[in-house]
Amino acid sequence: MRALLFDVTKCLGCGSCTSACCQVNYLPEPDDLDLCDHQFTVVKTAASKGGEVNYRRLCMHCLDPTCASVCPVGALRKTPAGPVVYDAAVCMGCRYCIQACPFGVPRYEWTSLAPRVRKCSLCAGRVAQGMPNACAEACPAGATICGEREALLKEARARLQADPGKYLPRIYGQHDAGGTSVLVLSPVPFRYLGLPENLPGEPLPALTSWALAGVPAVAGTGGLLLAGLWWLTQRKAQVARGEAEEESAQGDRR
Amino acid sequence: MSRLRPFFWRLAALAILAAGVHATWVRFTRGLGAATHLSDQFPWGLWIGFDILCGVGLAAGGFAITTAVYILHLERLRPIVRPAVLTAFLAYLLVVLALLFDLGRPWNIWRAVVLWNPRSVMFEVAWCVMLYTTVLTLEFSPVLFERLKWRRAARVVKAVLAPLVALGFILSTLHQSSLGSLYLIVPTKLHPLWYSPLLPVHFWLSAVAAGLAMVIFESGMSARAFARALEFDLLQDVARAMAVFLGLSLFLRFWDLGARGALPAAFRLAGPGSFEAQMFWLETALLAAPVLLVLWRRARSSPAAVFAAAVMAVGGFLVHRLNVSTTGLAASSGVRYFPSWVEISVTLMIVTVGLILFALAVRHLPVFRPAPSQRVGWEER
Repeated sequence: MRALLFDVTKCLGCGSCTSACCQVNYLPEPDDLDLCDHQFTVVKTAASKGGEVNYRRLCMHCLDPTCASVCPVGALRKTPAGPVVYDAAVCMGCRYCIQACPFGVPRYEWTSLAPRVRKCSLCAGRVAQGMPNACAEACPAGATICGEREALLKEARARLQADPGKYLPRIYGQHDAGGTSVLVLSPVPFRYLGLPENLPGEPLPALTSWALAGVPAVAGTGGLLLAGLWWLTQRKAQVARGEAEEESAQGDRR
Repeated sequence: MSRLRPFFWRLAALAILAAGVHATWVRFTRGLGAATHLSDQFPWGLWIGFDILCGVGLAAGGFAITTAVYILHLERLRPIVRPAVLTAFLAYLLVVLALLFDLGRPWNIWRAVVLWNPRSVMFEVAWCVMLYTTVLTLEFSPVLFERLKWRRAARVVKAVLAPLVALGFILSTLHQSSLGSLYLIVPTKLHPLWYSPLLPVHFWLSAVAAGLAMVIFESGMSARAFARALEFDLLQDVARAMAVFLGLSLFLRFWDLGARGALPAAFRLAGPGSFEAQMFWLETALLAAPVLLVLWRRARSSPAAVFAAAVMAVGGFLVHRLNVSTTGLAASSGVRYFPSWVEISVTLMIVTVGLILFALAVRHLPVFRPAPSQRVGWEER
């Protein structure tokens, strides 16, 4: 499965990745400071105690993506090759994916009359042809590299081991939100990089699956319960009516 | 004065509709970005928080009352069935209308019918709303059939009413709670005063209370507008049921907040987080006051107090839904959201259309039991 490894300590902040991304996605020259509907990745600067660091923002390509789980029509899906891809043709524009993404990544074409959800596709087309990801290929410093997720995890572990003082002892994306296909190494706390540190280790879709799993149970027990109550209250009324009739009949006889 | 009043309301309605039509034009010619204050940081606003979440919740009286009458055989409540079903039916039609404004690609709405994603709460809500709107159409159809004197059609529907009501109860339970489940997926974004694994249960209980409050509210309004209302002892029964559900809802809410250790957030009345705390107490006060009013015997015997209790319960419900959908998400979004004039205009237009349709239906269809002197041709059941 294709993945990216981004090493904050190596990033020069040159923006080559952003330019290459815009080129392969037929987008205009990058002009925004943040992710937007025509910029699927961006290089930003974070100030911390140890000075300034450069970091990238892009879709994390979760192993069990929240966006794909919430989409009512399945317009977003995780492909076996790694990328989380989007199909505008079936999207109804409910924007639940934007609301639900724990990383705040998907962007919307707010000015369009047929708006699409826009985000990095992990170069799905290039990956299918066995080509490297455009951003990794363009990076002059090797800050972003691409490869199989397992191999990149091994590489990340090796870097942490080789120079433990340089990094925080954690590979972001190994377990966060159930794991992602974009892995990040950083010397500064990940929240400075726009990456939430309080995400559960299990995929977020698990939070709604219990509620959805209850649907057949609610329907089944609800139906039985209602039928039972209907019969019971009807029987009660019948008995009451019968008793009343009996009483009046006895009264007549007397 | 009394002649001026209807004129004033008509003028107000006309102004709201005119503004709404203009806002509709802006929405569909210039797009969501120009029309709304929504953004990538705040993708759901007034249309989801009010038109959808509140619209569906306030319609819960429909399934609560029909279940009480057709399943539990509480015959006394039968006169309430029609106004409650009418409210629910109109509310669902308007919710679907509002959805067409909010969806970025409304022409694709039908795709949820063929493209199934059973992992999506939104998918389940879509199906339940679709099916329940059909159920409501059928439940309401006898009123129309009676008016048109289609006796056989009315008889056919009435024969299957009990199973239909049961289906309505199940579908409503599922999607009323699922509107809460929509927010289970944002544990890191929604403020701890509102995020809870019990969101679906909170949404169901509060919707039933709000639906019952709406029945009382409408009866009060109809009494003033058309001299058609429900008998007061019936409304007292509804008010009692409303208080029970409000009480349950509040109890569960505070127990849940305590169990999750989120209660201290409610007392952060200064500094960051104070806005959330204030909104939480506004919501809680509006939901608790009706319970106290109904428990107090002297207030319970006053129509004005029962009406006031219902109005507060509806208000508290609206604040809760808006808190979940906007207040509770504001801090994590990093932006300040306040709806644009287009969002407000469209919402006002939809509410106004609902009121007009309700008034027309009450005037021309056998919805409320007429005064005894006019009870000619009124068909029971």
